[in-house]
Amino acid sequence: MQKNGSEIIMEVLLEQGVDTIFGYPGGAVLNIYDALYRYGDRIRHILTAHEQGASHAADGYARATGKPGVVFATSGPGATNLVTGLATAFMDSIPVIAITGNVSTELLGKDSFQEVFITGITMPITKHNYVVRDVTKLADTLRRAFEIATGGRPGPVLIDIPKDVSAALCDYEPKKPSEKKKDSFVDEGQLTEIAELLNNSKRPVMLYGGGVVASNASGLVMQLIKKAKIPSCHTIMGTGVLPCGDPYNLGIIGMHGSVSASMAVQQADVLLAVGARFSDRVATNAGKFAKDSKIIHIDIDPAEINKNVTIDYSLIGDVHAVFERLLPMIKERQDENWLEEIRSLGLKEYIPDESCDKLKPHNIIRDIFEIFGNKIIMTTDVGQHQMWAAQYSRAENPRDFLTSGGLGTMGYGYGAAIGAACGRPGTKVVHVTGDGSFHMNLNELCTSVSHELPITTVLFNNNALGMVYQWQKSFYEGRLSYTVPNRKTDFVCLAEAFGAKGVRCETREELCRALEEAASRQGPTVIECILSCEERVLPMIPAGQTIDDIILE
Amino acid sequence: MKRHILSIIVENNAGVLARVSSLFGRRGYNIDSLTVSETNSPGTSNITLTVTGDESILEQIIKQLCKLIEVISVKHLADNTALSRELLLIKIKIDAATRAELREISDIYEASIVDLAPGSMMIELTGTTQKIDAFLLNLRVYPILEMCRTGVTALERDSAVK
Repeated sequence: MQKNGSEIIMEVLLEQGVDTIFGYPGGAVLNIYDALYRYGDRIRHILTAHEQGASHAADGYARATGKPGVVFATSGPGATNLVTGLATAFMDSIPVIAITGNVSTELLGKDSFQEVFITGITMPITKHNYVVRDVTKLADTLRRAFEIATGGRPGPVLIDIPKDVSAALCDYEPKKPSEKKKDSFVDEGQLTEIAELLNNSKRPVMLYGGGVVASNASGLVMQLIKKAKIPSCHTIMGTGVLPCGDPYNLGIIGMHGSVSASMAVQQADVLLAVGARFSDRVATNAGKFAKDSKIIHIDIDPAEINKNVTIDYSLIGDVHAVFERLLPMIKERQDENWLEEIRSLGLKEYIPDESCDKLKPHNIIRDIFEIFGNKIIMTTDVGQHQMWAAQYSRAENPRDFLTSGGLGTMGYGYGAAIGAACGRPGTKVVHVTGDGSFHMNLNELCTSVSHELPITTVLFNNNALGMVYQWQKSFYEGRLSYTVPNRKTDFVCLAEAFGAKGVRCETREELCRALEEAASRQGPTVIECILSCEERVLPMIPAGQTIDDIILE
Repeated sequence: MKRHILSIIVENNAGVLARVSSLFGRRGYNIDSLTVSETNSPGTSNITLTVTGDESILEQIIKQLCKLIEVISVKHLADNTALSRELLLIKIKIDAATRAELREISDIYEASIVDLAPGSMMIELTGTTQKIDAFLLNLRVYPILEMCRTGVTALERDSAVK
């Protein structure tokens, strides 16, 4: 069957089960968009305001659904606008397929109009990338891109397609995607060693991260935690694997983690790290992290073993495959002494101030869950609001809390919310943001208005770039260098100008009313919450330090 | 800090060298030398790299290289089980007196004089990095006009006693 390159792209996307694409048209992708026009009944295209929004939307779609997210952009500026989104997905191991157009092959390398060497630019922030110069290689390259993006440790893959290739004709043979063969090899010897170590441990602690979510292993992980009675903490990427409020869930560990999580790790005899990579925000001092425990590290990426923290026992494999084998080898623990000890750590936990009627960060997050219920998808931007959202999240499932963990991308949240809303229609999406982050990509409000997406933005407006402000107050003797922007943005008018609903709240009563109304609306709402810029994210372990240096007030 | 030789087999695609070298740049590993050549199997190239670092850095380098999609294999070649060679070309300014001296030094190292002009001489030497370093030590007193080294290329010896 003869098809042109653009039709081949559509066919392969359909082969791979893609039904939604985020993107923005332009000169070099005219052929591709022309095909999209004809495939519109089978592939939905969500037009964003900016390619960065589209890249975050593809990422949010992937995180919320577990399927790869797809983004289209034109050459030059279209392609460079994807860079932050790809880097965000790369740092958090999210499967994203980016398809960029480029100038025709005969114009490549001549500084042609809207030409950039996007594969060079994105080399270190993609798992792999391709330039397809020959239409006969297009279908298989795209298929391989999907395999790479979703296989092993997932990540973004970019495919750059010159304009003459998207127009050229060639034979197209449909191919079913190869049965996804999960790498199920697990080293038997290491498995036995680890099982013994856990069975003989007196004070085990688990630390899990995004790898558990990526391999859809939260059910198994939870079973093992309960069977072996292992108190567990998690990275921000592991939020929702254990429901909030579960007695084994000690919350987040690290710079803004809970006191019990850090103390439990410090006192553990065995630390079982699963699908986590000991980043500097988790192991704030890598040399002293869990220094008295034997560390077991289970991860799909061999390069993570001994990268940041020295590991005693490691096991390479897909978390799901490993836990399927490990679970029957783990003895049911009867002894509850360690759990009791852990529970007493809870008494040392930081408790936020409840004494005034003004809006407080923790109450805003609690009220969101109170009114929307716990079965929402929450997306965040980056900064203080992100940490509060993570600390007080009531997520009950993985894929319900979407945040830029590794790259820390301000402006991530709205695009991600669009992706999540498109990927899981019927689920309410709450986008938590700050005035700094929201200013970065608020243009995407127009997208959710066009598509009537049920996204409620809860904006923590403290008229400051809060996280940097907090650091300047704590560590730079209060020299507030460019963190109090003195902006006059009227967020209610802004929301209304985009065609969304805008509400401003100063009290909890007003907030609850606004949230109730937003929960019953179809389209997007922006709820601005007025906060003091003196609110700090606590507890905090300063960079390079340990639980012994934790700041609680 | 030891010098390590890595022999990396890669798919011979445009940009594969950039991928390998950008990995080193990004992670802050230092490349001492790098050579690229075709291999006997079509579509693959061999990149021979020498890097200096402790064991943990070497472990990371190898693991990170293995993650690149176009990298087929990475072999760490140990000094006692692999043969390594470098090629040196060096051009030296000469007069009647130094010409004979340079010939003598070249003979000792089994280097060849590959070009002779009224005012200069070019010498070629193949050998291990240490041999070339030692040869250069002896040439330091002469006015060197130009020189270049190829960097290390190496293969594992099947005859090596392990």
